Amino acid sequence: MAARLVFLGRLEELAGSGGADFALDAPLDWTALVARLSDEYSPELADLISSDRVKVALNGALVADKQGIMLSNGDEIAFLPPVSGG
Amino acid sequence: MSDVRLLAAPFDPAEELRAFTAAHIVAGGIVSFLGQVREGGGVEALELKHYDPLTLPAMQDLAVRVRDRWVLDGLLVIHRSGVMAVGEPIVLVAAAARHRRDAFAAADFAMDHLKSESWFWKREKVAGEWRWIEPRAQDFEDIGRW
Repeated sequence: MAARLVFLGRLEELAGSGGADFALDAPLDWTALVARLSDEYSPELADLISSDRVKVALNGALVADKQGIMLSNGDEIAFLPPVSGG
Repeated sequence: MSDVRLLAAPFDPAEELRAFTAAHIVAGGIVSFLGQVREGGGVEALELKHYDPLTLPAMQDLAVRVRDRWVLDGLLVIHRSGVMAVGEPIVLVAAAARHRRDAFAAADFAMDHLKSESWFWKREKVAGEWRWIEPRAQDFEDIGRW
């Protein structure tokens, strides 16, 4: 079982890649997800992702309240830092 | 109808504008804006990254908002993604209208919203090193005008 992580903008640099598969034993809530990102990537990345400036899309749809996210097998979660214009 | 495109390869703005103009012969005026990778500051290249599920749908939503707000005969929005060299076009917006003020305002509104709200992340290459560009306060001030 796995979900897909997508890192945009500067988060890609911090994560070391634009996307990665993420093993899941069971659905993960937001707090557990941030904790695992902190362990498997870095506390800095986890802090940024937790901040209000970083938005989240789950399966291509923007999430209004990321605290309420439950990440399940087959999901794609994208972390979106502030956009920097065209 | 609006023509909204997200392109991964270079485009020819003159040819796009020629085709758009020819397709909107009833419009008395066409206002266009072209954004290109500017030379200066040692910039060697610019890269725009996008996120497929969000970027083009949001551009299409923006086109609908523009069409709701102004009376237009046509609207063209072309935006590049990927790596661009100095002098390459990044974005082309053109609005065709019976009356010029609608065309000016629609193109201006579309550009301000593309710059501040669209799902692009930008980095530039200076002296062989890529660095991410942070959002500019000016872009938010521009959008506050509307």
